[in-house]
Amino acid sequence: MTRLNINGRNQTVDVDPSTPVLWTLRDALGMTGTKFGCGIAACGACTVHVDGQATRSCVTPISAVEGRRIETIEHVTAGADRVGRAVHEAWVRHDVAQCGYCQSGQIMGATAFLKSLPRGKVPDAAEIDAAMAGHICRCGTYARIRAAIADAARALA
Amino acid sequence: MIDHALTAALPRALQHLAQRQAAADEDTATPAAALPRRSFLKLGGLGGLALGLGLQTADVQAQATAGGSASGGLKPIEQPASFVQIQPDGQVIVTINRLEFGQGVETGLALILAEELDADWSRVSSRLGGNDAAYADPRYGLQMTGGSTATAHSYSQYRELGARARAMLLAAAAARWQVDVAQLRTDAGQVLGPGGRRAGYGALAEAAAALPVPTQVTLKDPKDFRLIGRATHRLDARAKSSGRQDFGIDVKRPGQLTAVVARPPVFGGRPATVDDTAAKAVRGVRAVLRIPLPGGGEGVAVLADGYWPAKTARDALQIGWDSAGREAVDSTRQLAQYRALAEQPGPRAFEADVSALTTAPHRIDAEFVFPYLAHAPMEPLNCTVQLDADGAQVWTGTQFAGVDAMAAARTLGLKPEQVRVHVQMAGGGFGRRGVPSSDFVVLACEVAKAARAAGVSAPVRTLWSREDDIRGGHYRPLHLHRARIGFDAQGRVLAWDHALVGQSIVGGTMFAGMIKNGIDPTATEGLRDPYPLPMRLTVHHPQVNVPVLWWRSVGSTHTAYVMETLIDEIARTTKQDPVAYRLALFGSGHRRHREALQLAVERSGYGQRQLPAGRAWGVAVHESFNTVVAWVVEASLRDGRPVLHKATAGVHCNLAVNPLSIEAQIQGAAIMGLSMCLEGSAITLKDGVVEQSNFGDYPVARITDAPEFAVHIVPSAEPPTGIGEPGLPPLAPALANAIAALTGKTPRALPFALG
Repeated sequence: MTRLNINGRNQTVDVDPSTPVLWTLRDALGMTGTKFGCGIAACGACTVHVDGQATRSCVTPISAVEGRRIETIEHVTAGADRVGRAVHEAWVRHDVAQCGYCQSGQIMGATAFLKSLPRGKVPDAAEIDAAMAGHICRCGTYARIRAAIADAARALA
Repeated sequence: MIDHALTAALPRALQHLAQRQAAADEDTATPAAALPRRSFLKLGGLGGLALGLGLQTADVQAQATAGGSASGGLKPIEQPASFVQIQPDGQVIVTINRLEFGQGVETGLALILAEELDADWSRVSSRLGGNDAAYADPRYGLQMTGGSTATAHSYSQYRELGARARAMLLAAAAARWQVDVAQLRTDAGQVLGPGGRRAGYGALAEAAAALPVPTQVTLKDPKDFRLIGRATHRLDARAKSSGRQDFGIDVKRPGQLTAVVARPPVFGGRPATVDDTAAKAVRGVRAVLRIPLPGGGEGVAVLADGYWPAKTARDALQIGWDSAGREAVDSTRQLAQYRALAEQPGPRAFEADVSALTTAPHRIDAEFVFPYLAHAPMEPLNCTVQLDADGAQVWTGTQFAGVDAMAAARTLGLKPEQVRVHVQMAGGGFGRRGVPSSDFVVLACEVAKAARAAGVSAPVRTLWSREDDIRGGHYRPLHLHRARIGFDAQGRVLAWDHALVGQSIVGGTMFAGMIKNGIDPTATEGLRDPYPLPMRLTVHHPQVNVPVLWWRSVGSTHTAYVMETLIDEIARTTKQDPVAYRLALFGSGHRRHREALQLAVERSGYGQRQLPAGRAWGVAVHESFNTVVAWVVEASLRDGRPVLHKATAGVHCNLAVNPLSIEAQIQGAAIMGLSMCLEGSAITLKDGVVEQSNFGDYPVARITDAPEFAVHIVPSAEPPTGIGEPGLPPLAPALANAIAALTGKTPRALPFALG
């Protein structure tokens, strides 16, 4: 039994402690907003926040996050998270998604990035690129991702 | 995927296939009764909806069959009841006869129907239809998503569906108010009548559904369009920006197990020995089963409570593989063989007198190499199969629901009508989910069948790892082009002798009927035209033990590159501006090419402004899937890597149904085209084994590679053409032409090796 804090709720899961957070969320808890893309932390589709840090859940065993705060896309875009909400709204406004499969991870990456900036700071394209370089979008939505992140930052400023 | 020019040949091939299937069914005489059509449609519909237009589907269908209704002459694809549901509160749900995998069809076709329905767009949503006859492609006769055909093939269909539903709502209002229908009009989801009477569509839907379906309807004059042509946001934008959008991988049936399959390292191999002791000891593992693989060979499936135990157990399998009798492909050797083959006589796609090659003042001898490419959609392939007492249900993101249903039926010993394919939202595909052999559906059916034989009757989701995807074959074929061109000082081409070597995509598949004179047109599409060139084209299709498949924009992934870099090189050699040279070759014809190119040139500032030092312009234009796209790019080199700074597109796709969606597709296709050029973008084989396995060794373009984009659309009122693929082909040659301007040398092998 492993005790996890997910989106503010304490939960106990009965899976092998080596199971990655990704598969615990998806298969054991039925939370499918977090996506499987590569399994080797190379694409960013599985990004969650652990104590506020963007983390690749596909290579993070649950044994490593016991007692830590895990947040997923379902929670971050639901409304209470000011930055997550702003990113979600900017994503909709810019019609970013195409197939949409990587976007949970992109939004989690973007939200963690904007939270890491000093309040009021609007990142330039190069800063956004550097922050988002770990996320693959095979549909090629990068131009709109850039625009949406800058827009969310302006809305938060 | 499938070129527009082939749409005439394709229905015949599909018809042939269906006939073969029917004959096979006679032979097997499956005892289970087919689902009656009515229950099929009901099952395919949304549950729990209040009465509305859509819920009358089955009845309308039954009436039509019985000939008791005015809709008797309408085909299933023309029946609004299968496509439009209007709820009492006025919500309109449009069913889409395609796969949505990013291209925006779920929004675009809904928009087209809503236009003629005169719906309130803020109350429109959409859903995906399955393999029912109603959701067949109007031209292919089966549900298919590919060849950038969705909007082009279903534009009139969805307009008429919307117009029919609107006419029924008008008739219902006329009856209710006892007025002539001519006194009524509609506006954004309401019928308006004399004396200020108004009724929402929701209030009229039930009465409307009971009325005959009109066969003849008058469509709007395009100048009255309110929705078509307007930049419209995606209907799925919110769900896809909050983790709420479900994809095929998210399907969860009660009691469902997850399977992963260990596959032979060499295509077509089989296990000689299997030790599954350690695998079976993994907690959560339910079964380890040997299964036949689609395309030959055998694999070992591990079924478990979830992906992680299944994958862990697969890693623990000890398998001795037998590759005897299977060709062990080696990329280096293969290239040498292709090179030799290019010099051999072979079937000719075009004939021309090439004797002027020896006397021409200028000569280019060029060889181009394009590697195997994996599609690598972000959502790994998956397919969930549930075997029921009277048939099977399949949940998957597929481009070929109709073909897959037949393949699943063959695999499971069922009739096609006993298989229901629930088309799921897919996380990309780019051709990989449109497989003539239905490989990932057949694989999942084999797993479910073996599980049932072993006493495991649970629904099974067969899930691919990224490594399975990258190593799983079905690649864009490796191609070698060899060109010998003679031209004069004015750039007039006197002779062009061209050879093309590459596996046929359709050879040996249900689409083999497309091969004419030994030549697969999906390999040669995009060569020569639109330029008036005296080209002789010889084609070779070797057999190689590597499964191949169409990849976004198919033949044009390589032919556009060859054509557009060579045309540029002739222009540069003869000291002509590459844009002016192309325009001169187009002459007074090829209006759409000219307009697309001129728009891109004009908006990019090409020829009007100086670029910073170290940057160069590159231009290319290409038609694919009836759409012409021109790219004008600004590029430079940094540490031997191309840097694409800015890319400006001119797009001629006739009527722009949704400019926002077109912009997205053009940008996305360009990123995929850019990806082809970047270091590492190649699938190679050694000793028969694919050398790449994941995004680490098969990198794709990232945000750091993405340029600033500007996409411009040529205004037009002609019926819309394809948009999912045409943005891709001209991007790589435009970038290559910029590099040639910088270095004096055109890269002739992809990915670029610029040193």
